[in-house]
Amino acid sequence: MAESLNAFEMRGIVKRFPGVLANDNVNFACQVGEVHALLGENGAGKSTLMNVLAGLYRPDAGEIFISKQKVVFHSPQEAIAHGIGMVHQHFMLVPSNTVAENMVLGLNRPRFLLNLSNIEDEVTALGEQYSLSVNPRAKIWELSVGEQQRVEVLKILFRGAKVLILDEPTAVLTPQEVDVLFRTLRDMTDRGHTIVFISHKLDEVVAIADRITVLRRGKVTAADVPAEGTTKPQLAQLMVGREVLFRVNKKKAQPGSLVLQVKNLNTDNDRGLPAVQDVSLQVRAGEIVGVAGVAGNGQRELAETLTGLRTAKSGQMWLGDLLLDNHTDWLELGRQLAHIPEDRSVYGCIPDLSVAENLILKRFSRPPIAAGWSLNAKAVRQNAERLVNVYQISTPTVDTPVRMLSGGNLQKVILARETSERPQLMIAVHPTRGLDIGATEAVHKLLVEQRDAGTAILLISEDLDELLSLSDRLIVMFEGQIVGEMPAEGADIHTIGLMMAGTKVGE
Amino acid sequence: MRRLFSSYHVRIETRLDNPGWAGVLSSILGVILALIVGGFVMRAAGATDPIATYKVIFKDGFGTPSDWQAGIVALITNGDCPKGSLCFGPISDTLVKASPILLTTLACILAFRMKLWNIGADGQMFFGAWAATAVAVFVLPPTTARPVMLAAMAVAGIVAGFIYGAIPGFLKARLNINEIITTLMLNYIAYKWVEYFVVVGPWSLGDFESTGRFTAAATWPRLTEYANRIPVLSGLTAHPGIFLGIAVAILLAWIINRSRWGYEIRVIGHNPKAARYAGISLVRNIILVMGLSGAIAGLAGMNEVAALRELNGRFQRGYGFTGVIIAWLARLNPIAAILVAFLFGGLLVGTQLIQPQGIASMLQGVILFVVIGTELLFRYRIAFEKVEEIVVHQIGDTQ
Repeated sequence: MAESLNAFEMRGIVKRFPGVLANDNVNFACQVGEVHALLGENGAGKSTLMNVLAGLYRPDAGEIFISKQKVVFHSPQEAIAHGIGMVHQHFMLVPSNTVAENMVLGLNRPRFLLNLSNIEDEVTALGEQYSLSVNPRAKIWELSVGEQQRVEVLKILFRGAKVLILDEPTAVLTPQEVDVLFRTLRDMTDRGHTIVFISHKLDEVVAIADRITVLRRGKVTAADVPAEGTTKPQLAQLMVGREVLFRVNKKKAQPGSLVLQVKNLNTDNDRGLPAVQDVSLQVRAGEIVGVAGVAGNGQRELAETLTGLRTAKSGQMWLGDLLLDNHTDWLELGRQLAHIPEDRSVYGCIPDLSVAENLILKRFSRPPIAAGWSLNAKAVRQNAERLVNVYQISTPTVDTPVRMLSGGNLQKVILARETSERPQLMIAVHPTRGLDIGATEAVHKLLVEQRDAGTAILLISEDLDELLSLSDRLIVMFEGQIVGEMPAEGADIHTIGLMMAGTKVGE
Repeated sequence: MRRLFSSYHVRIETRLDNPGWAGVLSSILGVILALIVGGFVMRAAGATDPIATYKVIFKDGFGTPSDWQAGIVALITNGDCPKGSLCFGPISDTLVKASPILLTTLACILAFRMKLWNIGADGQMFFGAWAATAVAVFVLPPTTARPVMLAAMAVAGIVAGFIYGAIPGFLKARLNINEIITTLMLNYIAYKWVEYFVVVGPWSLGDFESTGRFTAAATWPRLTEYANRIPVLSGLTAHPGIFLGIAVAILLAWIINRSRWGYEIRVIGHNPKAARYAGISLVRNIILVMGLSGAIAGLAGMNEVAALRELNGRFQRGYGFTGVIIAWLARLNPIAAILVAFLFGGLLVGTQLIQPQGIASMLQGVILFVVIGTELLFRYRIAFEKVEEIVVHQIGDTQ
């Protein structure tokens, strides 16, 4: 294969969103048959750039060339017709349909009669060819997240993609599944496919990529760097523009009294199937207990039950001496129980309300914010100005709707609201998901400060590095059960990975 | 295989910046566009000069400057309204019309703010009217003092409306039954309920299909009652009901924007999941908001029977639906609703004598249609772009 053969070339791409220059004159090209990593912090413009390539966004300026021909895409269909397909971070599958049905969705082939068994055979053959086997008759909701990802990859291969763009593909996978994915990617490049691998995880990028392009604030800071011979610290510096700590500075925990006690908890998921099974755990004041597990193994339901969003089927939960059950006034409890929700913009905030109004969500029913039947407008403003200052939330004014804030600043708003009243217990779910390195560091520092101030913290995360560096103790969940518990110090990442995949260890 | 062609592409993009004036502008544009469209419809219906028709509507709804001038002169000189002038007549009629409309509008605004689509203000108003009538005619003696009687009627209207609104609220909160369907259906039950009592049933006075004239204590005082002292007020039916509406509007504005409970309503309205996350009770608030929305509509019913001075089989339907339209025109702002309800009252009064009947309903419908349409334009932006060339490859031709 000739070195100079480009699978595609993007020249001078500019994409503006209101108030943001997401891509500032970006040049990006991939050679046929390589894995090219697009590295950058969140908000650096990686996904935007690739959405332009995949036909989802139109650039404000710039050109795309395929085989030296200028092309303009008006839809993802036109991009895929040119062999460019994208697997998005959030899968675009119809959960109640089968794999084969999802394959043909949006295709005008076959034109009249849908013969699904032909499609199923094709899917099976394609799956074998690329070692991406899935049962074509399975419904999407029956599949694990890793399998769903395979369906997404198959879907674009089925549509004839030569260039595959993968947006943060490893976020939902166990370390073992990541290994499998990486082998598949190599298989594909051997067959002449080209992979664009979007990530902000340095280890992965170094492990899988042939070449790396780094974006920072919409601009390319390093183009086409060969992965061989490049070190993580070098990449990190290119990415954030300064040196980065990879370990969180923290003292040894001083666990105090028992704050959260859970006994034999059982909870169903939205479909009425058991999600949390017979879970018992304890968190003491001044310690961080991390919960590891692949997404979808009951962590979400556990967090929702502990914070009153979901009703327990059986079992008991105690916050100190207080039994948490159907009679609990969760509004009143908000002061002692902080919750950093999994989905910031869905649960954590009211996007259309202002920063100030969002900052009183947990305390509007108590003085000084509450003044009789009304809200004390002055106190609302003072509260907001104080928290914006202390937590360094960057917002034009406290009256700005929070939907205008970046992910990191939105998370700071939530953290400010949840932590400034010195809660007894904090349930933090994926607190740094989607945040850039700078914001992640700030969140980590805050959590450790809270711990040192005596808060009991239950940390649910899918980022093993984060869990290992923040937690004092670790719990591993698999299929709703606790399958392992260990001190975080000296824990072996490989062992945890096996436990997350359901393998019993040490028995 | 390649095809080359150029064309224009239209795309619709979400606007991220949504300035406050955009809403006001879309309401005003909506009305202007509706009047233009309405003009064409009137032409099609046989009107030779729609603009002249609009002038007549305005004159009948609000009067003319010379009418107002004559009225003011008569007021100052304490004389009669000169012959041939309407003085304050049209404005008085409009205020009478605007007061039930304002109340049903406020009922809709409260529910809509929490994204509860109460389109049953009409039925809640009927029930309020029924309960107020029961108190006026059958519960309290005719000798009751006017303030006591009116207050008791208001309480009865509010309670009846509350119950009638809380029923769909309960069904929504507990069983997740769509409130649009239930409130709509409950309208017809309320119509028939009132019809049973005053047309066929126990309250009817012989063949009159009416409870008969209320005792004076159960009616709003009208301006014309003071005509012996101020002659220009002669014949004016305006009553204090409009102040009731304005007071409720101010109260509602305070509740929504300044009170703790209003904060809960706004949080639920914008993001019910975040409300649940904070521990705000959805069940309690849905029932309460639907109940209070019904209570305001029930008060509109009381206001209307106190103004009509009887409950009869011709009790006007449709104020609840007009309320839906005005709530949107006022962009769910209770204070703006005062102005819009007044203007709409004028439209209804002004179109009463226009033939064919139904011009008012037609204009209402067109206005709602256009306002919602223009709102879409403010939320999204339509961009035209010239496409220089499109290269279409056939699949399999890419290598």
